[in-house]
Amino acid sequence: MSPLGLYRPGDSLPHRLPAGFKLLLMVAAGATSVFLDHPWQGASAVLAVLGGYLLAGFGLGTVWRQVRPLVWVLGPIAVFHVVLGGWEQAAVVLGLVLSLVLLAALVTLTTRTTDMVDAVVRALGPLRVVGVNPERVGLLLALGIRSVPVVVGLAQEVRDAQRARGLTASPRAFAVPLVVRSLRHADALGDALVARGVDD
Amino acid sequence: MPVIDIERVSHTYGEGTSRRTVLRDVTVTLTEQRIGIIGANGSGKSTFVRLLNGLVVPTQGAVTVDGLDTRRHAREVRRRVGFCFTDPDAQIVMPTVAEDVAFGLRRRGLGKAEAAARVRETLEAYGLADHADHPAHLLSGGQKQLLALSSVLVTDPEVLVLDEPTTLLDLRNAAAVQRVVRGLPHQVVLVTHHLDLLDGFDRVLVFDEARLVHDGPPHAAVEHYRKLMS
Ligand SMILES: Nc1ncnc2c1ncn2[C@@H]1O[C@H](COP(=O)(O)OP(=O)(O)O)[C@@H](O)[C@H]1O
Ligand SMILES: [Mg+2]
Repeated sequence: MSPLGLYRPGDSLPHRLPAGFKLLLMVAAGATSVFLDHPWQGASAVLAVLGGYLLAGFGLGTVWRQVRPLVWVLGPIAVFHVVLGGWEQAAVVLGLVLSLVLLAALVTLTTRTTDMVDAVVRALGPLRVVGVNPERVGLLLALGIRSVPVVVGLAQEVRDAQRARGLTASPRAFAVPLVVRSLRHADALGDALVARGVDD
Repeated sequence: MPVIDIERVSHTYGEGTSRRTVLRDVTVTLTEQRIGIIGANGSGKSTFVRLLNGLVVPTQGAVTVDGLDTRRHAREVRRRVGFCFTDPDAQIVMPTVAEDVAFGLRRRGLGKAEAAARVRETLEAYGLADHADHPAHLLSGGQKQLLALSSVLVTDPEVLVLDEPTTLLDLRNAAAVQRVVRGLPHQVVLVTHHLDLLDGFDRVLVFDEARLVHDGPPHAAVEHYRKLMS
């Protein structure tokens, strides 16, 4: 039910690992990934991440839902690399992208936003001396995550309203009302944040 | 009950040619437990209730809550006066239910364990306990509004202001919100077009074209409002 890879409660090892550790792991995986250059390495990376999903108690359906939105991107990338560098290069690149995306999704599926935000806030703590407010950054991060489904919902409303009036899909006729609604939403959200004491 | 004092308040939005006075010389003292606000769209109701927690600072006059001026003591006033808006989606700031309720508590320096206990109590009190870890965007409209209410109430305000909390809800969801509001021990200031929500209220104010035009028990106020609108 959660197409956006939001947190799913659980008790497994991936759930129990500290959020900071999982974030570090993601950074490390990203850094290591540039050294991959054999198809078997790409395949092992994907298998390792799939192992993480199993550990966390998620099935292949969950895995597929994380990848599905990317199919349109991965297909052309694969073709591009097959043509330019052969299937081996394509396999390496696909393995790399797939494993990183799946890893990031696994981290969000097994980590509460609050815990992730807390980890980021702690990591940014030292930047206080140069004037960064880590709590603010953390709040922005949480708001960003929360806003994705809201904006998706607004986009659906705009599209439905246009269909109801028989308007054909022109990008501008879609974008303008969506931007207007999003700005109105942001304005209302700002009021709510103030009312809930955010500028305390 | 807290004493909310609105003293000779006028409010103007905009400047130059777009200047628009939306409240004119309103003076009223609110001490009752249940206060309703009604009036046509654009009559100034939202602006009036936004004065009560300092979200709007009046261009003239003063608003005090238990003697605290909203202009100078915005923070203290906001702690006393909780605010619930019309659109629940715009009030929920965290991705999941329990996290949203915890949001205000963590900001007030409560420890993790204590905050978690308070969150659990609150979710149980408002029928959301089974949804604690659910993404907020999957709740129904009524559940979202109950979540917004929970997130405000968990921080223990003395006054709760609600600006058309049921306007976007269907009848069943509106009834659920109404039941919760009825049972609150807080001082409640409720703006609504659902006039039956005002049954049993102590006092109802009617606004029309930026003025407070009627102030009295619900029955007479609703009568007055209906006449205005006909
Ligand atoms: N932030 C604002 N800036 C400019 N005009 C506003 C603003 N908020 C409200 N208004 C205008 O003030 C008038 C009263 O608005 P409001 O207090 O929201 O009335 P109500 O809640 O009774 O519908 C309306 O005409 C509205 O367009
Ligand atoms: Mg209004």
